Amino acid sequence: MDEPPISRGFKSTRAQPNLGNRVPPGQHVTADFPILSAGPTPQIKVADWKLALQLGGRLLRVWSWDEFETLPQTTIKADIHCVTTWSKLDTTWQGVTFDDLLNAVGLSEPPEPYVMAHCDGGYTTNVPVADLVGGKSMIATRFDGLPIASAHGGPARLLVPHLYFWKSGKWLRRIRFMPKDERGFWELRGYHNYGDPWKEQRYDGD
Amino acid sequence: MMAIDAPAPAKRLEWQLAEVRGIMAETYRVKTLLLELARPLGHQPGQHVDVRLTADDGYQAQRSYSISSAPEDKLLSLTVERVTDGEVSPYLVDELRVGDRLQLRGPIGGHFVWTSSTHEPLCLIAGGAGVTPLMAMLRHRDQAPRPAPALLIYSARSLADVIFRDELDAMARRDNCLSVIYALTREQPEGWQGHRGRIDKTLLATSVTPVSRLSAVYVCGPTSFVESVSGSLVELGFDALRIKTERFGPSGS
Repeated sequence: MDEPPISRGFKSTRAQPNLGNRVPPGQHVTADFPILSAGPTPQIKVADWKLALQLGGRLLRVWSWDEFETLPQTTIKADIHCVTTWSKLDTTWQGVTFDDLLNAVGLSEPPEPYVMAHCDGGYTTNVPVADLVGGKSMIATRFDGLPIASAHGGPARLLVPHLYFWKSGKWLRRIRFMPKDERGFWELRGYHNYGDPWKEQRYDGD
Repeated sequence: MMAIDAPAPAKRLEWQLAEVRGIMAETYRVKTLLLELARPLGHQPGQHVDVRLTADDGYQAQRSYSISSAPEDKLLSLTVERVTDGEVSPYLVDELRVGDRLQLRGPIGGHFVWTSSTHEPLCLIAGGAGVTPLMAMLRHRDQAPRPAPALLIYSARSLADVIFRDELDAMARRDNCLSVIYALTREQPEGWQGHRGRIDKTLLATSVTPVSRLSAVYVCGPTSFVESVSGSLVELGFDALRIKTERFGPSGS
């Protein structure tokens, strides 16, 4: 690539002091919480909500909302980074860690190295299990102490804050273990298979 | 719905230089940039690009903009609305000049796309600058030998805020398979025959249904607009899986 051309008169209009190394390359901080979804927002009643954990052709467990709410609750405070270049700092989520989900079905370690998250509206996203365990991810049911709004993925969404936020699938319904990696919705449509914001893995080939 | 071909081996979308060949004022806060690229993108209508600006102190900022030109067009056009307190769009709308160069990469997005080869009836619903990717679809459709039936419902504050109005009206006049309905939300001229107010369930129920329940539906606009319109369509019985959305701007929450 040639040297980027200088846009005469262009300068940063955003004061972002003291952020240290918290903002990945190509991102900018927003105080808002933008909503980006590929289709209409599903309106899901918790009475109708279920979460399934699937291994091969077998459902390891299906939780109703009330059952899911009895699992150990954890709070994660994290910065989130959307591939469309906004980052939001210090977001607070509550829910059930992936580790606690495995414990709940009596698995001392993950049975397969990959999972596909299946969501309402046909959305899917793939994540290596190594990126979910060790307190790195949760199935979140609260944002800032309140139930997650439907437009933001409520009643329950995946939260994998160290990857671009499309990996944190909204309206989570089923987590399927996979022996081999498969690509999810955006991963099949030009976006990066892994999505590390610090390596700016936005699109396939980055 | 996931049945699409496996992607070709990953090839990086490289940044490339684009030179501004023309700038057209569309409304008082929207301009179209006509760009010449060394390597044409070969985009599908509905896709976007990332644009990157570099300041003289090395500071860089990148944002996504929808492509408004058809793949058949010689120059790539981006139609950009000035966002109040924005960092990149005010520069693109107010400062950029013909002959300037900037960096972009793309095309990006494999979901909110439509090509005339599908022959599906097309239902497009735009709020404000959300008409941009839909215009790429209409311009592409306009060059097809036997274009599929299409409907555009376009919500704007006033007639002066309608982007591409002359071109849309001309397209609709010469093509009886295309209907264009304007909804003016804040200000209507005297004797206005179109819709007054926001796009509501009644307007959707009366205008979208005749096109066909089997239409591919594309909704693009500010977040609150897309939430409202796509929610109404689902309530009217449209298949949520056939409604493709693209939201932009603040969440309003």
